[in-house]
This record gives sequence, structure tokens and C-alpha cells, in this order.
Amino acid sequence: MTTTDQRQVDMMLNLGPQHPATHGVFRMLLTLDGERIVDMEPHIGYLHRGSEKLCENESYGQIVTLFDRMDYIANLNNELVFVRAVERLMGLEVPERAQFIRVLLCELNRVASHLLFLGTYGLDVGAMTPVMYTFRERERIQNIFESVTGARLMHNYIRIGGIKEDVPSDFTARVRAALEFVKRGVDETDRLLSFNEVFLLRTKGVGVIDAKTAVSCGLTGPNLRASGVPYDVRKDNPYEVYPYLTFKVPVGERGDCWDRYYMRVLECHESISMIEQCLDLLPDGPTMTQTRRIARPPKGEVYVHAENPRGDIGVFLVSDGSDKPYRLKVRPPSFCNLVALRPMLLNSYVADSIAILGSIDIVLGEVDR
Amino acid sequence: MSVTLLDIVWAAVGAVALVTAVSILGVSLVWLERKFLGRLQGRPGPNRVGPFGLLQPVADGIKLLWKEDVSPGPSAKVLFYVAPLLVFVPSFVVWLTIPFTRDLALRNLDTSVFFFVAFSTLSIVGVLLAGWSAASKYSVLGGFRAAAQLVSYEIPLIVIAITMVALAGSMSFVDIVEAQRTVPYIALVPLAAVLFFIAGLAEIGRTPFDIYLAESEVVGGPLVEYSGAHWAVFYLAEYGNTFLVGALTALLFLGGWSWPFGTLPAPAAVALFLTKSYFVTVLIFWVRGTYPRLRIDQMMSLGWKILIPLSFVTLVTVVVQRFYGWPSWTLTLMSLATLALAAWLQTRLQGAPARALAEKYRRDAVVVQAKPRLHREAPAAAKVEASS
Repeated sequence: MTTTDQRQVDMMLNLGPQHPATHGVFRMLLTLDGERIVDMEPHIGYLHRGSEKLCENESYGQIVTLFDRMDYIANLNNELVFVRAVERLMGLEVPERAQFIRVLLCELNRVASHLLFLGTYGLDVGAMTPVMYTFRERERIQNIFESVTGARLMHNYIRIGGIKEDVPSDFTARVRAALEFVKRGVDETDRLLSFNEVFLLRTKGVGVIDAKTAVSCGLTGPNLRASGVPYDVRKDNPYEVYPYLTFKVPVGERGDCWDRYYMRVLECHESISMIEQCLDLLPDGPTMTQTRRIARPPKGEVYVHAENPRGDIGVFLVSDGSDKPYRLKVRPPSFCNLVALRPMLLNSYVADSIAILGSIDIVLGEVDR
Repeated sequence: MSVTLLDIVWAAVGAVALVTAVSILGVSLVWLERKFLGRLQGRPGPNRVGPFGLLQPVADGIKLLWKEDVSPGPSAKVLFYVAPLLVFVPSFVVWLTIPFTRDLALRNLDTSVFFFVAFSTLSIVGVLLAGWSAASKYSVLGGFRAAAQLVSYEIPLIVIAITMVALAGSMSFVDIVEAQRTVPYIALVPLAAVLFFIAGLAEIGRTPFDIYLAESEVVGGPLVEYSGAHWAVFYLAEYGNTFLVGALTALLFLGGWSWPFGTLPAPAAVALFLTKSYFVTVLIFWVRGTYPRLRIDQMMSLGWKILIPLSFVTLVTVVVQRFYGWPSWTLTLMSLATLALAAWLQTRLQGAPARALAEKYRRDAVVVQAKPRLHREAPAAAKVEASS
């Protein structure tokens, strides 16, 4: 401790909740020695809306809208995991067409979410142009969502037992046309940012987390795969129609910011290929199973998890047989990923704190719920 | 020589003209930057106020002047309000000796390069004071970053300026430009031009060296607590400095107002000089649209380990070439070789390994094979039916 005593007084820097680069209302209390981070204390809860408690007072059909508002960058993925939990509890068989459309839209949403990440990550490390390119392409995906679900952000489209309604007649053509642009957009951003010398300097070897620590911190999703652990719910515990799709799960090895970033670039390509496969395989048929208007799952409990753009999201649902859940608990990937922030951050620089936080890609709506 | 009333009047007129001219140049840059960046980023840029959005900077200026001028409670008020002037004044005073053509300068000093070096260093004090007096941790961080950055990048900038002085054999910008009548110095010492441009970027806090202003880290650094007119003054000084780097690069390396096909009439010469300056400035904006931001330690090591040694190498090669009277193409060769070596090393050490790693990730991804579907097989015909 002698070194600590001899040091001058450390500066405490309050990074957030009002800060342009904390991606919402996250607050880091940094203890700085010059520019170096000696200690970090995360503060969350600024966006806490009590979603889990709210769920206990809403009927199952209404809860979908609450899930829209948790990870508001990947709404459809969130809807799907909750709806699957209810369906599992009720033992519902979902029509295949609905399943394909769900997976297709979820993968589209994954691309949209990753595009947002690629752009804002560039912004975090100071590159201002990629965000314009990725938002342009993300807009095309949002337009598809609008044409399918009627809403750009809070879709409320995936329903218990299927989907709200069938996709519009020009859906296939629209998606294919948009995918061409999106592919180009991802490549464009990749060329502009990924191998930029300054970007490499800023992200290579920054915020390194090894596989063992990553697993023990509960890291999931691209963040975990960047550390070299090939864990993907779509691969290890396939759901919906993922078994019918061929895809690659990109795995990194260094576990630094650049790897976490690049995993997402690669996943964009994989998701696009999955969407194309879904379009090819899309069968005919009903999009909603015959079910009662108000869902009343039997007494029991269920845990369902899925691969969100941010990682492994889990829903634990306890039903007492009424039309409202007795208890609902979400394992939000963003929150669990945030645990790894501290080990990544210590002994790095102030500027790195932004790069590292950005590379974890949190959504505060999901962290605080 | 006594100072007459006329001299004073002329000095006042000159000062007003200078401040006006530089302000107009700065404001034009605000528009140019927004428009140019907009085009780079696939958007139109300002296009509502005036034709092509030309009056946008004016609208911005009016907005800024009308805004409430707030200062944080615990700030050191005097320093807080003096700091913008300390940044503003040097950045304008430097323009005193910048010649727009051979005869168009407020003061044609024989030592104008020295004058520029001396005054451009002054604004560091202002930035540091701004950071310190605002009593905000973000601005303190930014101010310290600024002090470190500006002091270290002064050195390569000055060494390169000295190199050009050695090359031309004069400390006057006019003589340096006249010496480039046939061959602009960028052809002789391309390395020096690149170094000067990079150090200039750092000196004016432009991407990738906007470290002390870093929006996403220190939220504007020393300027974070400024608002309204005081912030506008910083802003104007920043754009004045940006154009200054453009103008200096044009003067020292691109031949200023001269071109190799004879002497131009004065208006054309001014236009040529301005064109060259704007060209370099647009390059600065282009870099801003392309590059992320360096980290403070990386920027320091770039400055001290690469730029400063390379600038001294340039100085030595130029002096040796001048001393022994070697033909000038040897200088080009030496300079180009060093530049190529640096670029090659950069690609070898950074870009290539990253690309290899990316390729590896692409190749070694875990493949998940699709299972055959048990129910219906490839309902291609049905799909067409459904969509019709």
C-alpha cells in the first residue's frame, strides 16, 4: 500500500449518467491516476421501470409489449423469447410458416442491432462517418419492419401461438432488395473502419478478457465468442427453425475490443445468409395456431433462453394457472455482460473506458429493465 | 522613424480588415466542413438557410450570440473569461505576416516564420487556462491533454519549419514562396510535407488528434463549460487555425501564389493561394471524416517516437544536401525513401496482421449444418402461388 500512500490524491470522475458515450444512462465512477483508471464502480438503475413486476399485473398477451421495451434495439428477439416461454408452458405447436417468419425477422433485427453497434462503436472511438452508413442501412431494415408489423420500433408482432398477421405480399422482394444494400453497407463499414490504423491502435489489445474470466463473469453472445468460447444458443440449444439453417458461428481468440467488434461484422454476414435461407425455405400455411383468446398456461414453471444480438437472454416464468404470470424473471444479456466491465477496465486509460463499454454493447433498457 | 497619425490609422484599418477577413474565412470553413462532411457521409449537409445552406454559419452565429452566457459557479471567473481571448488573439495575430501574394501582407517581416512559430505557441496557455478555470473535471482532463499534446507537436512543426527555412535560405514566407517558383517544395521533401500536415492536425486539435476535445470522452474538453459568445470565439479561433494550417502548407510546400508557368497578376495569384489553402483544408476535413481518434498515450508516442525523429532526419538531410550542393533530386529520393519505409512498416506491423486475423476468424468459424426438414420439402411452387 505504500505506493498508494505516496501517490497524490486520485481524481474521481463521474462518467455518466449524462454523457454522450455511455449509451444511455449508465454511470461509471472512475478513480483516475492521471489518465489511468485505478478503480471503477458501476452505477445502474437510472432506467429502471420495474418491468418484471409490471409483468405480474399484465395478461400474457400484453407482456409482449413490455418485452419490446427491454432491449429496444432488438425488440423482436425479445418478444420471441417471452412468447416461446409461454408456448412451452402451454404446449403450443406453432405453425411452421410463423416460425420461419419469426426467425427471419429476428435475424433481420440482429443485423439491425449489429449495424447500430458498428456505427456507434465507430463514434465511440471518434470515427464519425461509419454511423451514417450503418444507420442508412438500418433504416432499410426498419422500413421492412414497418411494412410487416406496422411499427418501426415497438412491434408487438410476435404473439403467443404465432404472429400477428401474415407478411405483406411483397415481403420477399422487399427483404431481398434491402439485403443487397445491407450487405454492401456492412462491407463498406468493414472497409472503412475495421482495418483503419487508428482504429486498430484503439481497439487491439484493449479491454482483453480471457475465456476463463469471461465464462466466470457470465459473458455471453459475441462478447463471449470473441474470447474464444464457441457458445451460441442457436447452435447449442436450437429453437424454432434454426436447425433447418446452415450458418457459421464466428469465434475469436484474443478477447479484445477489436475481436468483439469483428465478431459482429462477421455475424452480420451470417445473419444475412440465414435470412436468405429462410426466404428460400419459407413454407405456406397458417401463421397462427388455434388458441384461446386469453392465454392461461397451466400451473408450472419454465425457463427458456435464446440468442439475442447481445447474448443469451433467458426468461424464467412461473404460472399459477391464471391469465397473468405469478413471477417472471429475465436474465438480460446486457446486464450480465456488464459484469465483465470492471476486469476489462482496470489499468486502462480514460479513453479506453469508452471503447470498452462500447464494445460490450449494452442497452440500458435491458440492464435496468 | 516617427509614428505618425496616419500610421496608426492604417494599422487600425489593417487590423480590422485582417480580423474581418480571417473571420469570413473561418465562417466559410464552417459551411465548407459541414457540407463536405455531409457529402462524405451520404447526406446533403446544411441546405435550408440561404442558397446551398450558405447562410447556415450566420444563423449559427446569431444563435450563439443570443444564447445565455453561463459560467459554472465555482469557476475562476476572470481566467474563465480571459481564456477565450488568449486563444483567439494569437490565432489572429499570426495572420499578420501571412502573405496572400508577394505584396499583400499586413507586415512583410523578414523573420515571418519565426513570428509564426512564436505566436502559434501562445494559444496553449489559453486552452490550458480554459480547462483549469472552469472547475470541471472534464475540462481539467481536456486542458491537461491539450497542454501535453500542443507542446509535443510544436517540436516537429517547428523543426519542419526550420527545414523549409534552410531549404529556401530565408525566414520570410515571401522568399520561401519565391524559391518555389519552379518546383514546389512538396516535390523536393514530400516527407516534410506529410510530417507538417500531421503535426499541424495535432496542433489544431483535429481528428485523429482531437484528443483534448474528444466528444465521446471528455465531451469537448476545455470548452465543455463555455456557452454562447465565448464558445463561439473558441470555435472561430479553431477554424482560423485550421485555415492557417492550410495556408502554411500552401506557403511552405505547395508554392503559395506561384505556379511554374510564369508570374500571375495579383488577383489570380491570391485566388491560386486561396485555392491551395482550401485544398489542404478540405484534406483536413477528409481526414476528419475518415479516421477515429487516437488515445493520448498513443498520440504522445507517435509524436515523440516517430514524428520528432523523422522531422530531425528531414532537417539533417536537407542541411547536408545544401552543404555539399548535391542535386535536388537526391533530396526527393531520400525523402521519398523514408516516407515509403514508414508507410511500409506501418502496413506490415498493423494492417497486415489484423487482416490475417480477420481472415482466420472468417475461416475458422464453427459451422452449424442444417438438418433436413422432415415435413415439406422445398415448397418452391407453393411459394410463388402464395405471393401472387
